[in-house]
Amino acid sequence: MEGQGSVTVNGTPRALAGTRVHTSLLDFLRDQGLTGAKEGCAEGECGACSVMVARPDGSQSQWTALNACLVPATAYDGQEVVTAEGLGSPDRLHPVQRELADRGGSQCGYCTPGFVCSMAAEFYRRDRAPGEPDHEHGPNGFDLHALSGNLCRCTGYRPIRDAAWALEQPEGADPLAARLADPAPAPVPSRVSASDAGFVRPADLDEALAVLAEHPDAVVVAGSTDWGVEVNLRGRRAPHVVMVDRLPELRGVEVAEHAVTLGAALTLTELEHQLAGRVPLLDEVWPQFASRLIRNGATLGGNLGTGSPIGDTPPALLALEASLLLVSERGEREVALADYFTGYRASVRRPDELIRAVRVPLPLSPVVGFHKVAKRRFDDISGVAIGFALDVADGVVRKARIGLGGVAATPVRALATEAALEGRPWTSETVAGAAEVMRGEGTPIDDMRASAAYRSAMLANALPRLFAEVGDR
Amino acid sequence: MSRLSERPPGAAVGDPLAHESAALHVTGHALYTDDLVQRTPRVLHAHPVSSPHAHARVTGLRVAPAYDVDGVVRVLTVEDVPGVNDAGVKHDEPLFPSEVMFVGHAVCWVLGETLEAARLGAAAVEVDYEPLPSLVGLREAIAAGSFQGGQPTVERGDVETGIAAAAHVFSGVTEMAGQEHFYLETHCSLALLDEAGQVFVQSSTQHPTETQEIVAHVLGLPSHAVTVQCLRMGGGFGGKEMQPHGFAAVAALGATLTGRPVRLRLTRQQDMTMTGKRHGFHAEWRVGFDDEGRLLALDATLTSDGGWSLDLSEPVLARALCHVDNAYWIPHVRVNGRVAQTHKTSQTAFRGFGGPQGMLVVEDVLGRCAPLLGIDPVELRRRNFYEDGQDTPYGQPVRHASRLATAWDQLLASAEVEQRRAEVAAFNASHPHARRGLAVTPVKFGISFNFTAFNQAGALVHVYKDGSVLINHGGTEMGQGLHTKMLQVAATALGVPLERLRLAPTRTDKVPNTSATAASSGADLNGGAVKAACEQILARLEEVRAGRELTWDDLVREAYFGRVQLWAAGFYRTEGLHWDSTVMRGHPFKYFAYGVAATEVEVDGFTGGYRTRRVDIVHDVGDSLSPLVDLGQIEGGFVQGAGWLTLEDLRWDESGTPSRGRLTTQSASTYKLPSFSEMPEDFRVSLLERAHEDGAVYGSKAVGEPPLMLAFSVREALREAAAAFGPTGVSVDLASPATPEAVFWAVQQARSGGEEPVEGSPGVEPEQPDADRPLLHPRSEQHAGRGA
Repeated sequence: MEGQGSVTVNGTPRALAGTRVHTSLLDFLRDQGLTGAKEGCAEGECGACSVMVARPDGSQSQWTALNACLVPATAYDGQEVVTAEGLGSPDRLHPVQRELADRGGSQCGYCTPGFVCSMAAEFYRRDRAPGEPDHEHGPNGFDLHALSGNLCRCTGYRPIRDAAWALEQPEGADPLAARLADPAPAPVPSRVSASDAGFVRPADLDEALAVLAEHPDAVVVAGSTDWGVEVNLRGRRAPHVVMVDRLPELRGVEVAEHAVTLGAALTLTELEHQLAGRVPLLDEVWPQFASRLIRNGATLGGNLGTGSPIGDTPPALLALEASLLLVSERGEREVALADYFTGYRASVRRPDELIRAVRVPLPLSPVVGFHKVAKRRFDDISGVAIGFALDVADGVVRKARIGLGGVAATPVRALATEAALEGRPWTSETVAGAAEVMRGEGTPIDDMRASAAYRSAMLANALPRLFAEVGDR
Repeated sequence: MSRLSERPPGAAVGDPLAHESAALHVTGHALYTDDLVQRTPRVLHAHPVSSPHAHARVTGLRVAPAYDVDGVVRVLTVEDVPGVNDAGVKHDEPLFPSEVMFVGHAVCWVLGETLEAARLGAAAVEVDYEPLPSLVGLREAIAAGSFQGGQPTVERGDVETGIAAAAHVFSGVTEMAGQEHFYLETHCSLALLDEAGQVFVQSSTQHPTETQEIVAHVLGLPSHAVTVQCLRMGGGFGGKEMQPHGFAAVAALGATLTGRPVRLRLTRQQDMTMTGKRHGFHAEWRVGFDDEGRLLALDATLTSDGGWSLDLSEPVLARALCHVDNAYWIPHVRVNGRVAQTHKTSQTAFRGFGGPQGMLVVEDVLGRCAPLLGIDPVELRRRNFYEDGQDTPYGQPVRHASRLATAWDQLLASAEVEQRRAEVAAFNASHPHARRGLAVTPVKFGISFNFTAFNQAGALVHVYKDGSVLINHGGTEMGQGLHTKMLQVAATALGVPLERLRLAPTRTDKVPNTSATAASSGADLNGGAVKAACEQILARLEEVRAGRELTWDDLVREAYFGRVQLWAAGFYRTEGLHWDSTVMRGHPFKYFAYGVAATEVEVDGFTGGYRTRRVDIVHDVGDSLSPLVDLGQIEGGFVQGAGWLTLEDLRWDESGTPSRGRLTTQSASTYKLPSFSEMPEDFRVSLLERAHEDGAVYGSKAVGEPPLMLAFSVREALREAAAAFGPTGVSVDLASPATPEAVFWAVQQARSGGEEPVEGSPGVEPEQPDADRPLLHPRSEQHAGRGA
């Protein structure tokens, strides 16, 4: 199998030869002299490194903005990347660049190329259409969440928002718009022995499992939104990196009578579109999960694979009673999510196993809510996250499932609270009683995100808040 | 109208131009220091060996293992320093320390062929430490009596007389956190040797001259052997006023020792753990009001958290003391200041430079006392405004004081404050789980460096034979639009279209002995200098013209052939300033900038989470040089101030564990600055009209810092919204930053009926300094207190 081919950047192939496995796409681009994309934080929080990548959209393509600082350059063999330099030049500005420049959207300018790429990806979004504006959507259909992963320290954002909301549709002759009609480049299966590590992009699931069986020390990487942080901030290096993000076997959504099955390697943005509202609780999670930039790369499998106690999907998936399909050369097994986590960043997943999919049983409970308590509404990490799925019928709680994040070393179910609700009338009295039970769930700690006392108070307030939101149906 | 402020018809100043580099920014073509690395062959990369201890003696250092790492070229240690081992201007910042003073303090630096090699080399260096006791929290340092530098007092009248005459006396403690600059571009220097051993340093610095001086004194060279250039910065905000020098010196030292270019760029985590921040402050206060709520006396002791070395802590403190009054006339004042020494990063300049901290004290006092006095906070603030003819506590007349009331009344009308407060009350009465608050706060901010000598600037303007014009000046561009304004000033002064002008990067070999681009004074000072240079050239050209109608190009050509000098050096110094820091009296500011803001927020009672629904601002920039730039400074400053006051949460490990002293919010994932979700949903900014400033270039006023403090209105709105969860008349304490958690606790306090009112009690006297304390040295901004 080949490897170390090239990445097409702004229409020009750029050879990957000699690129180390732990070199990010950002550093690769900058080494090529394309210094528009910047490093602002090296952990996918600021978006100064944002670039556009051609990703599949059915048989066509879509321009997807990604944090170039997080992903390994080697994984972009055969892919098409566009940077701010590729969108326009000082004497031929792209419409996005024109609006930003004219409206005072740049001051120091350091974050600007990243904003340009995030904004351009939304500019080209196929289903962006004019509509009724609100605080998060412009009259041109521009969704501000497209910029939720980009930080600016100078402008206060208003001129950037106004630039975004002034954009029209791409013109007919726009080459990047025309490009969308064609398929996205296929992933290039590859095996690379670089100077620092081995890199494998398997062609299919069987090959992936064989590699994992052979290399139990391999790090499985999908969106690299967590692994990239480990590499950049904590200096972690792996002997082998196995990319599973494009494995077709991990990228389906299947709706059957008794369950919805979600492919582990679909990005959260893709999942959101493909589910199209079928799982309402997850629809509450998506806009609160990090930023669009991160959701464009991050996967459900990755969010569960890292085993973090503050991942945002586990509290919701626990409430949904989801299970994981773990596959290895020895076969596939199904593990309830409630049994999956074993400790801080630890799980029952064996080194040779991949998370293939997440299964959500049907029918879904009708009363749902996802509460994320954090400092920022966009692009933040939970102090406390709570997923609710309650089956309330004839004014009685038939079933209650509540998942908690940020209050213990692992995501946990609020079992005592569930018991305090089930079989009781859905009234403010029941809620008040159960809220006091919920105050005592978990073992919250003080840290830089929240105090233990605040976390407990948030647990206590969550049910009354849900009750206020959904009413006594 | 002075000649300096007079604006000719058809002037280029006043046009709402986009940033002069906007087209370069948006296309990724604008170059920053680290973007030059790819254009520089054979660059070495630097990585620090950082202390894991808050305080320890270095008892052993073995660098040999680093050389076993592939790609390591050189380890820089104290033995390599040919000049002075010091990175500051006060001789208290050893570049290579024998005693580490904070977690992250660099003991030595490793140079590698790649950053990875340097990183691994740094990890291989062996350091022995003997841990020493440390002070991390500000309260800890106060309790231990750990102070550094001078302890000034601003005093007017007699506080005891004022307190004795007061109908209402209150006392309290106000604490506020610091703030990380989080310029998107971290610190970066790229040093190389020119011909004949001259040192050339590209640096992301607000103060190229001082970077040059520190590099020179570390290398033992005269200043003329070192050139510093700053292309532009990806944000500065004061964080690159003093802090770049040591990094530039390390890079320059590496370049002189290896003969190869050296790049030193901090990662975000290194930048956050190694460089200084806004000072957190602790303030004890006692205040007296008369029956109508008029301030009679304010007695306060402010202690800033200076971190491990003095850096700019003394001038920051001086500015804090000079701004405790904010917009309010207080007949009897005594404000003591001191700088605590703690084992943290050395805190430094940050937009406002102590002003915000001083002003927050009086705004906190008013916000907490208004319910106790039973006076509407809008009315309480308005009632205490300065009036024309009154002086500040340090003795300077408050020029144009009536502009405050003008702006205030204009804002109350344009923002429909009265009507909206009724709507807020109606909302609060009908929503059980949410409350809104609408607060209005003023800003008065003194413009000029307190230290008189810094109020000078130079420029160098060339007119070439083809009529094109090149402008050099001593100011640096960090996004604030200074270069845009300077182009407009030069185009106005010369009467030449903007497209004939180009602005060159800031270099110490073009304009020497410059002041930092700081204190909001960049446009005032450099604008004066650019204008002066242009006017010299123009005067010579007018002689050549001799009243004839000639095009610019013809005039220039004729002047050249007539052997007329077509370039000029301009110089400007702000007139009328004097300041005695030993007694904290004088006339330190050329003028005051004014502004008022009204902010409406909504607080969720379940979580303390909030959103900023609407912000209205009327701000005084004089006659704007560049309205789009000024609007950007106002909006951006406001949001940055709101970040400081609500969101940005520096947490240091104060535990007794081995990680004591560590900054726990040391990355973008844990330290949260405002994102799109914190932007005011409805943001309406207008410039104060008829605001010509007679003493400044083309009638304009400084704009960099003052708008930051308009964000007090956010904090006060949050306080009022939290209070609305409880009975009326409750005084609500609100921590700063007012994070959702802090607001939640304020809501809980309000719900429980608030703290015990202290009305009528004599108030607790703040801790008073010793009579024999050290005062500020007359040149404390520039030199060590001892005999400099």
